[in-house]
Amino acid sequence: MVKSKIKSSSKDKMFTILLYAIFSLGFIIILYPLWFIIIASFSDPAAVSTGKVLLLPKGFTLDGYKALLKESDIWIGYRNTILYTLVGTLIGLFVNICAAYSLSRKDLVGRKAFMTFFIITMFFNGGLIPTFLTIKSFNLYDTFWVMVLPFSVSVYNIIVARTFFESSLPTDLWNAAQIDGCGNLRFFFQIVLPLSKAIIAVIGLWIAVGQWNSYFNALIYIKNPDLYPLQLVIRNILITNQMQGSIGTGEAALIALRTANLMRYAVIIVSTVPIMCVYPFIQKYFNKGVMIGAVKG
Amino acid sequence: MLKRHKSKISFKMIQRNWGLYLLLIPAVILLICFTYIPMYGVLIAFQDFSPTKGVFGSEWVGFEYFKKFFNSYQFWPTIKNTLFISLYSLVASFPIPIIMALFLNQLQGKKFRKIFQTVSYLPHFISTVVMVGMLIVLLSPSTGLIGSIYSLFGLEAPNLMGNPGAFSSLYVWSDIWQHCGWDSIIYIAALSAVDPSLYEAATVDGASRFQKLIYIDLPMLIPTAVILLIMRMGSLMSLGFEKIYLMQNDLNLSHSEIISTYVYKIGILSSQYSYSSAINLFNTVINLILLIIVNTVSKRVSENSLW
Repeated sequence: MVKSKIKSSSKDKMFTILLYAIFSLGFIIILYPLWFIIIASFSDPAAVSTGKVLLLPKGFTLDGYKALLKESDIWIGYRNTILYTLVGTLIGLFVNICAAYSLSRKDLVGRKAFMTFFIITMFFNGGLIPTFLTIKSFNLYDTFWVMVLPFSVSVYNIIVARTFFESSLPTDLWNAAQIDGCGNLRFFFQIVLPLSKAIIAVIGLWIAVGQWNSYFNALIYIKNPDLYPLQLVIRNILITNQMQGSIGTGEAALIALRTANLMRYAVIIVSTVPIMCVYPFIQKYFNKGVMIGAVKG
Repeated sequence: MLKRHKSKISFKMIQRNWGLYLLLIPAVILLICFTYIPMYGVLIAFQDFSPTKGVFGSEWVGFEYFKKFFNSYQFWPTIKNTLFISLYSLVASFPIPIIMALFLNQLQGKKFRKIFQTVSYLPHFISTVVMVGMLIVLLSPSTGLIGSIYSLFGLEAPNLMGNPGAFSSLYVWSDIWQHCGWDSIIYIAALSAVDPSLYEAATVDGASRFQKLIYIDLPMLIPTAVILLIMRMGSLMSLGFEKIYLMQNDLNLSHSEIISTYVYKIGILSSQYSYSSAINLFNTVINLILLIIVNTVSKRVSENSLW
């Protein structure tokens, strides 16, 4: 092995150099836009627009963040998103893990029929309007619950968790527990769950990130601004430019416009920081989850 | 006799495993309420639906709303945009994670490899809203990164977000930027299953590293790639609403109006429930046909299929 490495031809060496060049370029392409947003959020907007901010902040300022602090909408959105994420993750975990365990048991009569019942929903749904009308008919429109309950079943997550249970829990375990007079529910809550912390972490994190980042359901089902999640609030600031209506003309307007632009950089940072902070700790779990899911394809 | 015996056993099994059914109930109820009941609601596509009369009381109009869509001036542009963006996205974004996994697998520096992987997954966790917000601020000709770069050379930056011709490329390449690292995970996993003795045999035969990549690694990825390709083809017409809707503006609408954004505007914003459902149903049927065609072809050609 060692010898073959030493003898590796010059062609192979070229290949290695090429690889490192490609991946170094990849690093820059991925990281530079993110870095630019960070430095731009701390820089004097005039320096940004004249191209002086490229590697480090210029004319350090916190005006963008200060302006952001005054926007009460953002903090309401933050609070709402934290609540939606917490409650949504708990509900999602409960519903999906329970179903997944049940479906992982080979002695479940009607297992195949249930599986079909679940999988059909991956390919078909009623579409936007029928779902919208159903939500209205359940009186869930414009309520807290519409954000956490109706769409909490994820068949993909169920399949991943089911695969995990099938491969990691030996059938003998259940047989032994049964002989000792342990029922299904007790077995699930006292033995299966403590043994399955890894999969619970993976699925919980998936649901939490999904909740944190989602805006579609809120766009369709939420009308009351007090219930807006963070993503919908920042959409209004970043994309629909709602602030610019109040800006007049002249010197003051120019300053206001610049602060508004600075604030857009700051908004990106403030809304993404929580996920980026937990990301390094959780990314290996995400990885694992994709692998478990991939086994069953 | 045997049958009765069997059904007696399964009845006993059901009785003994009542706890398992209890665990299933929450998910089943939620799916019935919020997925299966709306499926039934698809019927309103064939009705002149009014919310006060409900699905049972509304008048049946047959295919009238489908005809209305086929004859509307929006029909061809939305279909064309949907298919074009979808195909462009498929052709550009499908091979990149595969190439990335193949090359990454060749990197000998374990640490470099690990760091690159961690960094490349990072953009995947940025929300769609922030992603589109980033595009808008970075591509702003007056205050963004593109403005800075152009002004370095003393040039005026173009307004890419307002240019209809640039829309599809912006959509596709920002998507690749965001997801190609993440999408490569599944291929990296498949590559870790390669039998090392294959490499040793290839080394003995004097194969270069690039040859090993082509003749050993690439074939390992084909089954996974085919399955993913079939699934992508099956959703060709259901191009994601979220990002495109956010990227739309008055200037680029001619090239950015797709079926799902049109369904949203007709249905939710102007409350034409039946018309919107008809368009959506048409879309679903096309998707289903595509899925079946691709799956059948793949079954014949490569023996890889979804069912």
